[in-house]
Amino acid sequence: MDKFFDFGLTGQLLGLSFVQTALLAAAVLGLVAGLLGPLIVMRRMSFAVHGTAELAFTGAAGALLLGVGLEYGALAGAVIAALLLGLLGGRESERDSVIGAILSFGLGLGVLLLWFYPGRAANKFGILVGQIVSIEPTNLIVLIGAAVVVLLVLAVIYRPLLFASVDPHVAAARGVPARLLSVVFAVLVGVATALGVQIVGALLVVALMVTPAAAAARLTANPWLATVLAVVFAETAALGGIILSLAPGAPVSAFVTAISFLIYLVCRLVAYRRGRAVKVTAREAAPADLVQHHQHL
Amino acid sequence: MSPVVRISRASLAFGSRTLWSGLDLDVEPGEFVAVLGPNGSGKTSLLKVLLGLQPLSAGTYSVRSDRPVGYVPQQRAMQEALTLRGIDLVGLGLDGHRWGTGLRGMRERRHRVAEAIEAVGAQSYARSPVGRLSGGEQQRLRVAQALVGEPDVLLCDEPLLSLDLAHQRAVSALIDARRREAGTAVLFVTHEINPILSYVDRMLYLVEGRFRVGKPDEVMNSQTLSELYRTRIEVLRVGGQIHVAGAQSALCEDEPHHLDERVS
Repeated sequence: MDKFFDFGLTGQLLGLSFVQTALLAAAVLGLVAGLLGPLIVMRRMSFAVHGTAELAFTGAAGALLLGVGLEYGALAGAVIAALLLGLLGGRESERDSVIGAILSFGLGLGVLLLWFYPGRAANKFGILVGQIVSIEPTNLIVLIGAAVVVLLVLAVIYRPLLFASVDPHVAAARGVPARLLSVVFAVLVGVATALGVQIVGALLVVALMVTPAAAAARLTANPWLATVLAVVFAETAALGGIILSLAPGAPVSAFVTAISFLIYLVCRLVAYRRGRAVKVTAREAAPADLVQHHQHL
Repeated sequence: MSPVVRISRASLAFGSRTLWSGLDLDVEPGEFVAVLGPNGSGKTSLLKVLLGLQPLSAGTYSVRSDRPVGYVPQQRAMQEALTLRGIDLVGLGLDGHRWGTGLRGMRERRHRVAEAIEAVGAQSYARSPVGRLSGGEQQRLRVAQALVGEPDVLLCDEPLLSLDLAHQRAVSALIDARRREAGTAVLFVTHEINPILSYVDRMLYLVEGRFRVGKPDEVMNSQTLSELYRTRIEVLRVGGQIHVAGAQSALCEDEPHHLDERVS
């Protein structure tokens, strides 16, 4: 247990190049996840992220079997999932069940593919819960390239996407192409999810894509500030998780998810205490407010 | 002055059902036109046509406006935890339809948004989460959102629905002030004529494909409404208000437009 806080060992390991590669990959993922997160939360897509990640797992399992790079398989699986969800789940009432149907099929197919795979069990486990130390410099280039594309597309569609997400009726009246934007955004989420599969694994991608943004939404209603906070939280969880996992040699994802959840709990607590404070002030100020209200009507 | 909205010989049909046909309506700058009629008479569809979201089955329309058309929707419950403040909602009304992040020109944008919020008297809650505001506060912000782009044409789709009387008056007065000051043409779909009666220049009354255009006095009388509904309707004027008796089920009485029935 004392290995958990062996800072000397942690320092030593930080000097290794594969650890630095892992940290850089996590930083890139944290940035992408943090920027996409608030929109995912606004559009209530947490379950869609989970479903997409399961298909990224299927893709990665297929890639493992074929001997292709995992990142390509994950990317293909996640993008196909995103397109399926975007095209089939157009109606809000159906979206939930469409995701459930696709997700379970994808996961089952992935299990079958892994069963066919004759290689090491660690590789199989790695796609589910992450295996960041295995990221090689060539993976890193793919990762950064994909992240740059995601960020560029997001920059172009950001404003109309926000409009369509928070205020769909008026956005439609203004001619914002909501359907197209929702498919494009699903693909961006798919690409980001595929990046996450390598680092925290398919099962735990939600911890970086959704939890930091959900925590930020507890603290502020300002969309810009929420995005900045989500990036900070996601980076803290991703980088902090790797650093803490070094000394004990434990799986990265356990620490990433724990930090992410801890931040979420703290934000909820802060919001709760603030909400109570506001209620007390409102009660005291109520009579004055009422008078003013009647005057300007 | 030439009309900013021009609808001529227009028809709208869904399958075999014709909502209206042969509709002619010109709206001048600064004119306040109310659109009334029972549910399913095609009031909202008329706005959709003018917004370019619904093609006409026959006839033509034109909206002459350099800037995007302003649009005030019905008040709807918003997610309480939505990451959005009043100023963001109004800002989206200014440039939310444009591509890009909107980081450039922030100062100019902030200035115009602040002006629009001040014009509707929403300063005190413009930085609160919109999901936690009352329906009346949200609708004031909606008016600011529709007007921030300084539209030449303002389309309102039952903006007073589910508001209490005081807020109905406040929101209608804001819209009236705008068209007087800036010459914005207003098309105002409503169930309830009374809150806006003193502002209305002309009205379009739609019933099952039949319609009448005219001044409120010319339309809101027993003879005209009886012809439109093809049943005996009694229109009473009491203290500057209009009350319609008969055919209640086809009129507005079944609609939730009172505070106590509001979904919170």
